[in-house]
Amino acid sequence: MLIGILALVFALARLIPGDPCRAALGERATDEICEAYNERYGLNEPIYVQFGIYLNDIAHGDLGESFRFGVPVTELLVERLPTTIELSITALLIAVVVGVPLGIISGYRHNSKTDVATMIGANIGVAMPVFWLGLMLQYVFAVLLRDTPLALPPSGKLDAGLIPTPFYEVWGWPMNGFTEFLAKFTVMNALVTFQWEILSSAMLHLILPAVALATIPMAIIARMTRSSLLDVLGLDYVRTARAKGLAERTVVVRHALRNAMLPVVTVVGLSFGALLGGAILTETIFNLAGVGKTLFDAITSRDYTVVQGFTLVVAVGFVVVNLVVDMLYTYLDPRVRVS
Amino acid sequence: MTQATANGGPVLEIRGLKTHFFTRDGVVKAVDGVDLTVEAGEIVGLVGESGCGKSVTSMSVLRLVQDPGRIVDGSIRFQGTDLLGLSDKEIRNIRGDRISMIFQQPISSLNPVYTAGFQIAEVYRVHRNMKKGPARDKALEVLREVGIPDPERRIDAYPHELSGGMAQRIMIAMALAAGPELLIADEPTTALDVTIQAQIIDLMRDVREDLGTAIILITHDLGIVAEIADRVAVMYAGEIVEEADVETLFTDPKHPYTRGLIGSIPVAGARREWLDVIPGRVPNLIDLPPGCRFAPRCRARLENDLTICTEREPALLDVGENHTARCWLYSEGRR
Ligand SMILES: Nc1ncnc2c1ncn2[C@@H]1O[C@H](COP(=O)(O)OP(=O)(O)OP(=O)(O)O)[C@@H](O)[C@H]1O
Ligand SMILES: [Mg+2]
Repeated sequence: MLIGILALVFALARLIPGDPCRAALGERATDEICEAYNERYGLNEPIYVQFGIYLNDIAHGDLGESFRFGVPVTELLVERLPTTIELSITALLIAVVVGVPLGIISGYRHNSKTDVATMIGANIGVAMPVFWLGLMLQYVFAVLLRDTPLALPPSGKLDAGLIPTPFYEVWGWPMNGFTEFLAKFTVMNALVTFQWEILSSAMLHLILPAVALATIPMAIIARMTRSSLLDVLGLDYVRTARAKGLAERTVVVRHALRNAMLPVVTVVGLSFGALLGGAILTETIFNLAGVGKTLFDAITSRDYTVVQGFTLVVAVGFVVVNLVVDMLYTYLDPRVRVS
Repeated sequence: MTQATANGGPVLEIRGLKTHFFTRDGVVKAVDGVDLTVEAGEIVGLVGESGCGKSVTSMSVLRLVQDPGRIVDGSIRFQGTDLLGLSDKEIRNIRGDRISMIFQQPISSLNPVYTAGFQIAEVYRVHRNMKKGPARDKALEVLREVGIPDPERRIDAYPHELSGGMAQRIMIAMALAAGPELLIADEPTTALDVTIQAQIIDLMRDVREDLGTAIILITHDLGIVAEIADRVAVMYAGEIVEEADVETLFTDPKHPYTRGLIGSIPVAGARREWLDVIPGRVPNLIDLPPGCRFAPRCRARLENDLTICTEREPALLDVGENHTARCWLYSEGRR
């Protein structure tokens, strides 16, 4: 599995057309300079040798060095991964917290006005291009509503001039790659160290990109919840629950919903993939230095090692999320529990 | 379990029940003027072909008919109380406590994500306000009472771990948990194989003997009815067409439809040239034929050359002691 992902990532990065040297150093780089450049980064070796070296490096936790920035890819990751994780989790939370209840209401009161309105909204939401939605949100909240209390910052992570103090400094912990990585979770870092001004600024900055990113999964989740609940409400055991004399609320929540959530949980796991894809666009539009934006820049500049390293992390993240989803599923559905 | 108490009158009295489904294609008159009385401790068989409205009748009793279905007319008195006049809360208090139901597909009638014990215990939790622990103890007790082997293990089993017969026992245990006065069993054995069927039927008979629970047994298996029921009501196209005690019905059926039904039971050992099946199909319940609903399929009508059958609906007439039939054949002398 892992080796498959690695090979795929490696191959995909090389399939991007264009010359890494000229992309990194500019169109006017001479052949000699490029020769030296390729030599330095091992780009002259046959492709399978490059792959072998790559595998060996990965086994040692080395994702290589960015062709463009000349810093290790891991360092870039420490710097940028937390932004993306925060953004994705916020977006996923919004999608679930809004999408599931909407789906429940529509499913339970199907064909009602709420249902029709929600489903029209959901279909528009699914069809809405993320970049367009992002731009519209920026336009509405940062331009039209500027100087009103509803104005929201359209780009970046924090207001200019705010510099968060990392929690390890506050707590007197050692500074290393890991604590540094943790400190980059701006919201969490501000929360645990009571830096309220930073916290509110960070959260305000998260709202627009997270909403833009959440829209599609939210719509998918709402539709899935609705149809799944509708199916379950017609099943025999729901009739049994009613015949037992349970209150309607108990029938829906205890007997219908738990079963109806099973396919939704799977969809949430899968939307995480879409979310990571959407993060590329969202981060670029909202100018957040996260994995998505870095990946976008790396692809444009043929920065193979960065493309490989970041794609790998994204792929692993996807696998991990789906593992968690599987565990949740097993908890929810006794039929898949292994005896 | 508490002994079911009867206060003299019938347990259940359905009068003129009409339950219709308002579909896009028209109004489906699934139940169209049903009268049915169940005395305390009595087992009443309700038989009829598929689609004649047996399930809808029973669902109507507990007011479980879902959209687009609606009870449009009639009354359902349970120990004197009109169930159709109760509030939602009041009818919920009756469901599962004083009237309970079991269904045809026992496995799918149980929620796959909860254990058998949990689902039985729910009855005590909702109707006896018990906490989880004591409710579970009661569930174990009722599992023992319905003769489930190894109840300590079964109580923690999930539905997918149960056989059909075992699941139906669980359903019966759940239905009996609160000691109801009336049990409605909607084809409780149809999905089970023959030996298990016999066990379930025995169990229901015991329930009536030991607890005095009245039972409405819905089935299209006349063999089961002959074996266990006291009285039988035959349903056709949303109406009761004949009603009598079980012996009378089998020895002296009056309605041509009942005769056809009884004639179509294959008798083991008996050699017959052909199986006596009723020709034709149940009419579409949206566009019912004028006159008797069975007329288009009725051989007796042709033999007796009756024209009234296709013109006017017959009423349910007395054709003997405690024996009624809805057929023009028996109305001559009475008019
Ligand atoms: N939800 C519904 N919408 C429309 N028509 C319905 C609905 N439910 C039941 N019916 C109709 O009501 C009629 C009676 O159905 P019912 O389930 O009571 O039959 P039944 O006698 O129980 O048959 P079976 O032996 O197959 O269980 C059927 O003709 C069916 O088409
Ligand atoms: Mg039925």
